[in-house]
Amino acid sequence: MLENYFPVLVFIIVGIVFGCMPMVLGWLLAPHRPNAEKGSAYECGFEAFEEARLKFDVRYYLIAIIFILFDLEIAFLFPWAAIFKEIVGTPGVKLFGFVEMLVFLGILLIGYVYAWAKGALDWE
Amino acid sequence: MEILLQTLQTFFGPAWPLVWTLLKIFGIILPLVLCVAYLTLAERKVIGWMQVRIGPNRVGPLGLLQPIADGLKLVFKEIVVPTKASTGLYFVGPAMAFATALAAWAVVPFSEGYVLANIDAGVLYLLAMTSIGIYGVIISGWASNSKYAFYGAMRSAAQMVSYEIAMGFALVCVLMVSASLNLSDIVHGQAKGAFAEMGLGFLSWNWLPLLPMFLVYLISGIAETNRAPFDVVEGESEIVAGHMVEYSGMAYALFFLGEYANMILVSVMTSIFFLGGWLSPVGFLPDSFVWLAGKTCFILFLFLWFRATFPRYRYDQIMRLGWKVFVPLCMFWLLFIGVWMMSPLNIWK
Repeated sequence: MLENYFPVLVFIIVGIVFGCMPMVLGWLLAPHRPNAEKGSAYECGFEAFEEARLKFDVRYYLIAIIFILFDLEIAFLFPWAAIFKEIVGTPGVKLFGFVEMLVFLGILLIGYVYAWAKGALDWE
Repeated sequence: MEILLQTLQTFFGPAWPLVWTLLKIFGIILPLVLCVAYLTLAERKVIGWMQVRIGPNRVGPLGLLQPIADGLKLVFKEIVVPTKASTGLYFVGPAMAFATALAAWAVVPFSEGYVLANIDAGVLYLLAMTSIGIYGVIISGWASNSKYAFYGAMRSAAQMVSYEIAMGFALVCVLMVSASLNLSDIVHGQAKGAFAEMGLGFLSWNWLPLLPMFLVYLISGIAETNRAPFDVVEGESEIVAGHMVEYSGMAYALFFLGEYANMILVSVMTSIFFLGGWLSPVGFLPDSFVWLAGKTCFILFLFLWFRATFPRYRYDQIMRLGWKVFVPLCMFWLLFIGVWMMSPLNIWK
């Protein structure tokens, strides 16, 4: 069982090596002559007024929060979806298994409608 | 071939499983990198033809050496590191973007039995890898310490996570009908059905009963890879190249390669989840890898076609489509599939 995951681990390591190799190659083969102008941040032709790490819109933060909720919900749906065929095939739990998930989805739906009504999903 | 394998096996001894795995991995990565290189050429050619131009045709016959020339040029270009950048993270970003785009291929089944790691958590692994890819973008945008890069990274992250929800919901529907997280089993599930028995396999694939989810997955895939018409992340007229604006040489090339590797990955995934993977569309032709390749190429062509056809979406329109159209649609279809499977009309027994 676990040995099935061994190639995955090797693949990730090879992937990281492949991710770093081109930059090492570029570092070795390409010229390296930094100067003040080259090293300055990309701007509209003049010196930057302020740091780049400034305050940004709170909506990004909101989206991130809602994303976590929904992503967790999907993570919870995965095991249920994977055995849904089994649930349907077993007469005793058929309806129960479906309604349970309806309740779970329903609670999230309320939150979703609330977020929508509050304008958290608006982006004008 | 058999003899060669045996000789190698005795030569490497206990290290053989590792060597064999490495050989298989290179057997996936090298053709993949070649595909990525030629996808860039294909894109320029296809869009050229769609705009009644010729496209690149100078380097080599028909311009076929163009990707090689581009690669060589980028290797010899200086990697500029901005003085204000966080040096360590600055290099982690592109490596992460490319490494995850490659690593996701570990679980892709190419044909019956031709899969490197036939794991039961294949779908989860894929989702995990594509999610980590977002970190590459955020890290590079933050580490560059440039406003354009920073805003590009914020936009990109918000857009990618938004469409990941829709993608996840579409996958839940696929899992419901295939009852497995194993990618090979998902393909096997599509080989059964009333139409498949009649020899019309392509009508038994998931795309037909899950048609809205197929479209949602395809469109989310385009948004997830930040391709046109959802490419506000690097909208040239607004924030130039977005999170990659400070990168040059091979560091930039990694983002570029990663984006194209992700495009191919999304296309393969769409083929596996909705278009029956390596299954043949009609009964009298054998199943083979050729079908998977053909389906993938078709979806890749759609990517290029959309780029040549549609004007860029506005950012608020992108967010609205993801949150206010796709999420309710997915929820509804999930319930619909649930009720369908509970009813006597269930076609997935």
